[in-house]
Amino acid sequence: MLGLGADRLRADMNRLLALLFHQGVLDEQFLQLQQLQDETSPNFVYEVVTIFFNESEKLLRNLRELLLDKEFSDYKKIGIHLNQFMGSSSSIGAKRVRNVCVAFRAASEQNNRAGCLRALELLEHEYCYLKNKLHELFQIEQQRAMAAAVRYPIQD
Amino acid sequence: MHLTTDNMVRRKEVLESSCEQRARMLQDQFSVSVNHVHALAILVSTFHYYKNPSAIDQETFAEYTARTAFERPLLSGVAYAQRVVHSEREKFEKQQGWTIKTMEKEPSPVRDEYAPVIFSQETVSHIESLDMMSGEEDRENILRARATGKAVLTRPFSLLKSHHLGVVLTFPVYRTNLPPHATAEERIEATTGYLGGAFDVESLVENLLGQLAGKQAILVNVYDVTNSSDHLIMYGPRYPDGDMSLAHESKLDFGDPFRKHLMICRYHQKAPTSWTALTTAFLWFVIGVLVGYIFYGAVMHILKVEDDFHEMQELKVRAEAADVAKSQFLATVSHEIRTPMNGVLGMLGLLLDTDLDSTQRDYAQTAQACGNALIALINEVLDRAKIEAGKLELEAVPFDLRSILDDVLSLFSGKSRQKGTELAAFVSDKVPKVLIGDPGRFRQIITNLVGNAVKFTEQGHIFVQVHLAEHTKSVMAAKANACLKRGSDEVEVIASQTQFNTLSGFQAADDQNSWENFKLLIADEEFCSDASDNWIPTGEDSESVTLMVSVEDTGIGIPFQAQDRVFMPFMQADSSTSRNYGGTGIGLSISKCLVELMGGKINFISRPKLGSTFTFTAVLRCQKNASSDLKKSPLEAIPTGFNGMKAILVDGKPVRAAVTKYHLKRLGIIVEDASSIKMAIGALCGQNGHLRSGNGKRPDMILVEKDSWISSEDGVLPIRFIDWKQNGCMLLPKVILLATSISTTESDKAKAAGFANTVIMKPLRVSMLAACLQEVLGMGKRRPQGKEMMKGSALHHSLLHGKNILVVDDNMVNRKVAARVLEKFGANVECADSGKAALMLLSLPHKFDACFMDIQMPEMDGFEATRQIRLMERKENEKIKTREVTYEGGSKTEWHVPILAMTADVIHATYEECVKCGMDGYVSKPFEEENLYQAVSKFFESKPI
Repeated sequence: MLGLGADRLRADMNRLLALLFHQGVLDEQFLQLQQLQDETSPNFVYEVVTIFFNESEKLLRNLRELLLDKEFSDYKKIGIHLNQFMGSSSSIGAKRVRNVCVAFRAASEQNNRAGCLRALELLEHEYCYLKNKLHELFQIEQQRAMAAAVRYPIQD
Repeated sequence: MHLTTDNMVRRKEVLESSCEQRARMLQDQFSVSVNHVHALAILVSTFHYYKNPSAIDQETFAEYTARTAFERPLLSGVAYAQRVVHSEREKFEKQQGWTIKTMEKEPSPVRDEYAPVIFSQETVSHIESLDMMSGEEDRENILRARATGKAVLTRPFSLLKSHHLGVVLTFPVYRTNLPPHATAEERIEATTGYLGGAFDVESLVENLLGQLAGKQAILVNVYDVTNSSDHLIMYGPRYPDGDMSLAHESKLDFGDPFRKHLMICRYHQKAPTSWTALTTAFLWFVIGVLVGYIFYGAVMHILKVEDDFHEMQELKVRAEAADVAKSQFLATVSHEIRTPMNGVLGMLGLLLDTDLDSTQRDYAQTAQACGNALIALINEVLDRAKIEAGKLELEAVPFDLRSILDDVLSLFSGKSRQKGTELAAFVSDKVPKVLIGDPGRFRQIITNLVGNAVKFTEQGHIFVQVHLAEHTKSVMAAKANACLKRGSDEVEVIASQTQFNTLSGFQAADDQNSWENFKLLIADEEFCSDASDNWIPTGEDSESVTLMVSVEDTGIGIPFQAQDRVFMPFMQADSSTSRNYGGTGIGLSISKCLVELMGGKINFISRPKLGSTFTFTAVLRCQKNASSDLKKSPLEAIPTGFNGMKAILVDGKPVRAAVTKYHLKRLGIIVEDASSIKMAIGALCGQNGHLRSGNGKRPDMILVEKDSWISSEDGVLPIRFIDWKQNGCMLLPKVILLATSISTTESDKAKAAGFANTVIMKPLRVSMLAACLQEVLGMGKRRPQGKEMMKGSALHHSLLHGKNILVVDDNMVNRKVAARVLEKFGANVECADSGKAALMLLSLPHKFDACFMDIQMPEMDGFEATRQIRLMERKENEKIKTREVTYEGGSKTEWHVPILAMTADVIHATYEECVKCGMDGYVSKPFEEENLYQAVSKFFESKPI
């Protein structure tokens, strides 16, 4: 039964991934990321995504602070933060986050504060959604790994 | 103007001369008349006074004068008046019988003296007895004449009878001969009468002018100008009309010094405006206008052309911009489509991993196949767009052409086996082992051509040949000559042949590849193969070599009407083609672009139903020191264990035999030909019986083409093989079957006939051939399949294995991913989070073999960091040169760590900018295997496992 559970969990995971792809939350870069994971670094995806979450939260905090400041004018700094955000999000294949970043950057290049604020809210929303879904994914993955491990304790 | 003045001058001259002429004539005639009157005066004095009695009476005078009138054409008449003083009047009147009358024909009043006319010419007989002194003018004349003793003239006045203007000429007649210098008193005293004549000036001048030409044209006035303030008119209208602008005056001397006369000539009409001048002027004007118009037109035209030119230039710029924009758009869009497509394919892959029933699996597989096709198409479009945008740059890396051909063949081997067509490649020995060029693009062209050939060929063969272009040319020329010499009987023989001398026996479109030519090519090769063992380029440009690649098939061919648009993108022979065979038709156009980029040309010969032969040339450079760099090429991995072995090849078809020979030769195997098994055995037996002197070595293997075996199959000859085996008389060579496709029954039969277990399947490739032979000969199993696995990621593995690589990226996530990718390829990765940190790590000496550098970083970006690293290296290199610093072993002579830029911006990645600041290349971010391999392969040699 546990073996079947592992298969089901695997199907769940694929379904969730398919959904995320379908929604455009993730792109093929995430698959590449998964391919990089093997026996030598079994938690690679998780590690990378965790770093991504930490970095992104820092960046979001900074962005919010910058934008809420009354005498705010440092659009350049926003641009730097956004470049960072774009780089990391495209690296893990967080497509929608990246796209919002692009829009955000466009708004900041035009010194459009209202646009920036709107984009920031959208970005936070997308980020939260991504985070939730990825957490979900990792949970399933963990369960699957456990199930697989139980089924085939000594595989290699 | 000049003409006009010229005309004026000429006119004036004409006027002058004609005026002078008239004046002279008038004067001459006048003086002639005057002389005659003078003569008359002398006549009168001689015969009237010196003769006594007088010899002249009125009758004689009248007759004489009448008869001599022709002498005086100007004089209307002459008359003689006698001087009569008042004291003698009565006596005189009595003597004459008439009274002296005045001019008014009345008896003259009493005066001091009278001058009654006693003799007169008939024409003027009316003045007889008239006292000349009663007339004012005559009286003055008489007084002046007798005082001077010369002819005198009156001023012009109206003559009595004719009322013409005239002058009266008066000569004095003296009683005695006067001394030459007599005083006036003496003359007056001696005066006895006066001879007078009236000049009718008007008729005189008219007569005169009548004799002259052009009298109408010229208007003549004659004036008496004795009183200079009051000109008295003698002839001509008082108020002369005509051309007042031009006049000429001529002096007239009528012999009376007291009186002065003047002739004035004018033109009757104003100077006729000269027609020539007028027309010339008009013509000049017209010419001027025309020239002006032409000039204006030219200027306007130039302006217009200039305007057009500018407009065109602008349009050109716009068109070019549009073109570039189109290509960029295509490139961008294809790139953007690729990304989601990869997602789709990834998901399909995942889907196929799940539990699917067969229908679902079929659907998913179909979708995946379609997706793959779409990706392939997009890649092609991207290629084309890149070519058009001028973004496609050819690489220049060393590669082995033969292994590329092997790769391509292996790609299509499945398909060709399925169809039962024969697929073969042949590379001339003259082609250098290692060439420098773009292997990827070269492979792309050949893949495209072979792919097309395979697609359209149902039976027969596909044959890829590579020769040197110069060599082929020279051989073909030689052949053409030979053909000419041999004449036409040869042709008939060829025509009657049913089996063609090609690879598979099917007729090919281009006869050039038939055995006739092929033999020549190969023969030539073998002839000089010893001399050109390490190939020496013969051309002037020893650097570059022109290859001629031909891909021959025996497929459906290209319809004639479609042949001219074969290389146009998205064009296929007709719409049914894509229905039947698939494909988009973009491949050939890309191939054409690529071939042109390689400095070559592509063309084809095709005959419908017979097949097509595509031929292209490409200019590649050849490695000069080929031997030393050979091991550098990662693809060169031909096992050397077969060197020096010997084989007998049994194949009835010479072309096919040549191909097999070529592959065996690459393994170092010496090959002998036999056209049938019988011959091969004969050769063997011959060897057994009496050892041939030249070929001492026994063959290690016999390779038999399936056709040859089948054709000779009566079970007899194969039994001989078994016999040998059973006899065990000697170490038998292995007998190996070569086949394109083989059924299980056939293979069983072959085994029974004594063939080795392994059938070598065509298309032949060196790696596969080597593996099969190893298996058959039982040689050490040096990972027989290893060569196949070498392709793909295993290659990268070896390429990066054990290398120390530094990854510089400020983004933690990126850094982690990049590091992971490189680690997966077996590299030892270290990371730096900024340009400064990288500088620290790369301070010399360091252990890194390469550095991947993000371009966009805060504080110090990738370009700047690279610049600084290069600066540092340069300084160190200087020191090494000057021996200030030495490293243990002295192996390090120069520092240059390869730095590769990482950029997310593939399309706009400006390679030049990377190069400018000292980078060695760039890879796109996130990493792609192929891209990474291409970038890295330039720096690392592969380490064979």
